[in-house]
Amino acid sequence: MAIRQISVFLENHSGSLSAVTRVLAEAGADMRAMAVADTQDFGILRLIVRDTDGAIAALKAHGYLTSTNEVTAAVIPDEPGGLCHLVNILADEDVNIEYSYAFLTPEDGKACVVFRVADNDHAAKAFHNAGIGVLDADGLTILD
Amino acid sequence: MSEKRYYQPEIETMPYEEIRALQSAKLVKQVRHIYDNVPYYRGLMEKKGVRPEDIRGIEDISKLPFLTKDDLRDQYPDGLLAVPKSECVRIQSTSGTTGRRVVAFYTQNDVDLWEDCCARAIVAVGGSKEDVCQVAYGYGLFTGGPGLNGGSHKVGCLTLPMSSGNTDRQIQFMTDLGATILCCTPSYAAYLGESLKEKGIAPEQNTLKAGIFGAEPWTEEMRRDIQRLLGIKAYDIYGLTEISGPGVAFECEEQNGMHINEDHFFAETIDPDTGESLPEGEKGELVFTCLDKDAFPMVRYRTRDICVLKREKCSCGRTHVKMCKPMGRSDDMLIIRGVNVFPSQIETVLLNEGYSPNYKIEVDRVNNTDTLDIYVELTENQFSDTVKAITAAEKSLAGAIKTMLGINPAVHLVPPKSIARSEGKAVRVTDKRKLHD
Repeated sequence: MAIRQISVFLENHSGSLSAVTRVLAEAGADMRAMAVADTQDFGILRLIVRDTDGAIAALKAHGYLTSTNEVTAAVIPDEPGGLCHLVNILADEDVNIEYSYAFLTPEDGKACVVFRVADNDHAAKAFHNAGIGVLDADGLTILD
Repeated sequence: MSEKRYYQPEIETMPYEEIRALQSAKLVKQVRHIYDNVPYYRGLMEKKGVRPEDIRGIEDISKLPFLTKDDLRDQYPDGLLAVPKSECVRIQSTSGTTGRRVVAFYTQNDVDLWEDCCARAIVAVGGSKEDVCQVAYGYGLFTGGPGLNGGSHKVGCLTLPMSSGNTDRQIQFMTDLGATILCCTPSYAAYLGESLKEKGIAPEQNTLKAGIFGAEPWTEEMRRDIQRLLGIKAYDIYGLTEISGPGVAFECEEQNGMHINEDHFFAETIDPDTGESLPEGEKGELVFTCLDKDAFPMVRYRTRDICVLKREKCSCGRTHVKMCKPMGRSDDMLIIRGVNVFPSQIETVLLNEGYSPNYKIEVDRVNNTDTLDIYVELTENQFSDTVKAITAAEKSLAGAIKTMLGINPAVHLVPPKSIARSEGKAVRVTDKRKLHD
């Protein structure tokens, strides 16, 4: 029930995000979600795209260091307290969140929150039991 | 009212011809000693076709083969020891790996002559038994602390064996016991000066009058800073573990070059490329011969320090030849916070830890303290999506390098191929410090 995320290692200097997004644009990558984590020295660009393998091939061809892993994306009503509710579900189940990012979906009144956790199955089960929908690769259409 | 100006006046002011005669007599004896007792050096002499009887005086020294750091590495730990171990009373050692580390052995006689040299340095800056000498060089394997400690005892100073670090305690002892002479690295002296200033202790309020600072390169500009911050006169001292330790050469009141203790250590300069001896006064690589050390008698040891020797009448009355501050190195060794560092040591750690050998070293001096930044390319299997994993990897690599070198670097992991590849010999080190005037 998890979806694949690409991470790209970047130097923290001006122009590095511009360069990597140009590579993705030229490869025709259909980007569904993205977030950047940064430190003083480096950044990590995290992406969810429709064609993961195609995007990775393009990035590698340009010498980028990439890795992929699975994340859990939960869909909730876009209303106050929505995120709090999601996070509480994971906390109750002792699921530790490594990091997380969120975005609104084009579908009216819905938001999507991506969670990086150690055990995606555990997180998905917890959301399922609470009646919350989780995206799978096919479900990415909700982000269109 | 004559202040004692020399620790061993008859030697320190000996006329040049007499020094030469003394050196000649000692060299002949030393060559016989090393030939008879160090099979490795005997082998080098045989290879060069020179026998002990060919050395009849100091003028024959250029017939002898050199010893280098590589020889020391090959013969680690005791292949160059010239007396039975039972005759030795001490070792000292440089930092670094087994491969680069030097273990120097001392008989009691060797310790005595080394401490005499340090005592000469202390008296040269105005030290006497009335002084309180604060030794803030590291104690232990490093020669700095033990050398000046011994010299201070010989002069009869009240010795404060502080060792390095713990600045609050240094200042407390300095103040409470009225230290008059400070011995440490120049960067630590500057740091102590800044710390005193922060505590509101003005230069004229402290009891210090002189400082003996060495173990790392420093400039005239730094000397002025230290003198102003501490309200003292700052003197340079030179030495290396292979030859004995600090006190191989020291500055006198002129503060213009360091007198080499020529009765114990014969100095020459050579062309680093050809090995040809250069006339005194010509810039070249400094080479030392220990004339009367027993246990670890280095003969024609190549220091890799680039230097000029000057023999001129000095207003202090000493006749021994002077060396300038080292003007650079003929190898890639860096001295960072007083520690000898070879880029190859860092490379070894990287390979051991599974990193690529593509790296860049940047050395700088910020607020009189050396900084070491190491940039390393991350490889595919080491990259994961979390910041935590990468910073943990940086920390772990910094720890492994600290274990190897003894100093803490800042490690920066960078993307592959972001470090420029150069054609031919890689330029991996950028030293931004201004170390030479």
